[in-house]
Amino acid sequence: MSGAARRDPAVEPLGETALLLRFGEGLDPAINAHVHAAAFAVRAARLPGLIDIVPAYATLALRYEPAAWVDANGVQPWRNLEGAVRAVLAAPPAQASIAPRALEIPVCYGGDFGPDLALLAEHAGLEPGEVIERHTAATYTVAMIGFAPGFPYLFGLDPALRMPRRASPRTHVPAGSVAIGGAQTGIYPSDLPGGWQLIGRTPLALFDARRDPPSLLLPGDRVRFVAIDAASLAVRDSHA
Amino acid sequence: MSVEVVRAGVLTTLQDRGRGGCAMLGVGAAGPMDDVAPRLANALVGNASDAAVLEITLVGPRLRFDEAATIALTGAEHAAVPMWRPVRIESGTVLDIGTARRGARAYLAIAGGFVVGSVLGSASTDVNAGLGGLDGRPLREGDRLTIGPAGQRAREPQPTWSLDPRPWFDADPAIPIRLLHGTHYEALDAASRRALFGHAFRIAPDSNRVGFRLHGPRLALSAPVEMVSEPLVAGTLQLPAGGQPIALIAEHPTIGGYPRIGHVAAVDIATLAQRRPGDIVRFAGIDLDSAQTRYLERERELARLIEAIHERLISQATQ
Repeated sequence: MSGAARRDPAVEPLGETALLLRFGEGLDPAINAHVHAAAFAVRAARLPGLIDIVPAYATLALRYEPAAWVDANGVQPWRNLEGAVRAVLAAPPAQASIAPRALEIPVCYGGDFGPDLALLAEHAGLEPGEVIERHTAATYTVAMIGFAPGFPYLFGLDPALRMPRRASPRTHVPAGSVAIGGAQTGIYPSDLPGGWQLIGRTPLALFDARRDPPSLLLPGDRVRFVAIDAASLAVRDSHA
Repeated sequence: MSVEVVRAGVLTTLQDRGRGGCAMLGVGAAGPMDDVAPRLANALVGNASDAAVLEITLVGPRLRFDEAATIALTGAEHAAVPMWRPVRIESGTVLDIGTARRGARAYLAIAGGFVVGSVLGSASTDVNAGLGGLDGRPLREGDRLTIGPAGQRAREPQPTWSLDPRPWFDADPAIPIRLLHGTHYEALDAASRRALFGHAFRIAPDSNRVGFRLHGPRLALSAPVEMVSEPLVAGTLQLPAGGQPIALIAEHPTIGGYPRIGHVAAVDIATLAQRRPGDIVRFAGIDLDSAQTRYLERERELARLIEAIHERLISQATQ
């Protein structure tokens, strides 16, 4: 599924106002780490005219204003931006050694909050308690955020807990639902339709536009889940 | 002062120039579908280009003005007021924007601008995410829109001139939309590559601010593309499994896992945005260098025109 990580990415245009940097293919934590390091370096370089820097699994998009990259020699703006980005990425990663943020996410597993926990345990050939143990034992990395504001796609799921998405997606998944879709785990930040298997719920608000940053999790963050009981969830809910 | 929404219209939203910097958190740009007409509407009433305007979709709102105001309406053709020029609206007027005669989206700017709280750096309404504008939703009956203080120029008598809309608005479906090849264009089979540029597509009824679903020849890949989710931008032409492409526009998701067979040139998104469900879309190929050259030319032309409008408004005010 995955190839070797490219330090020097392939560049593909996304129309005339965005470039896509490709560091490899597939779902590969090593390639994804390159994406986050590159996103960090490009952001730190404060290149002019960059509107959005969007990391995904193996690629990084740069949305830009072409007028900011016009030069006197008639070189196309996209070539100028590509050159500047390659120069940034070729420089030694001075700041990339900053440790990623580490966050704990409290989760009430099973019951009404995780209606698919029993099904997932059966699928995995485990007891529900063992699913919770394995899900809380791992350290995850936020590979990217998308689908909806604040929805984190997490790498690091125990392979034993993999399970395909539901054949028929739910029309309503409650905000805070912790879910498994294939090899990934994620958290629904708001009430949304969705096809992932729901194993628990967190009382934390994943996304709040009034907060800075609005998203609880940022791309590249490290995450651990901590099991809490329903009473704790209710207490936190009443404080929300 | 404020403007009361007597009737909301089909889909009327507040939009500035869109949101930047939050796509990495799953928050897209939103902003106007047509990114040219609102800038000219703002210029015509003496506002900055990024002031919030109303994006009016097909059937417009009915608005009551409790004080005199100066507005400008650009984009899709409506009979309510003379378009592409400043128009004085007297106190107590109820303005019915009515149904568009040509085009899909009109933009109403008001001198002083609509006062809208900024959410993540923008006033733009993202209907899907429920962010920006009025609590993240379209206008509805009974809303009151607050208007900022207008500059002196806007209080002057109506001018007798108007802009020639032709370079900036063309709803003729015969005009081809320029398309750059996407990452997965080469993965299309030979017949599909020909069909993409050789056949007409029709905009499906379930098209919206997220994107236009295009019905036409079924496009197929010569072999399945193994891909994981990658970033998307406005203009991306996705090919879902059914073979009917989707041209993403203002409220597109920030990432997605369908093959990207093309990109509508950013310089042509304004033209595409004025097509209606049922209208025809034909694509013409363009390479990156040419698309970027045209984009820069358009932006320079637009900047010159906006400057000329400001000078005209000033000279008129001092006469």
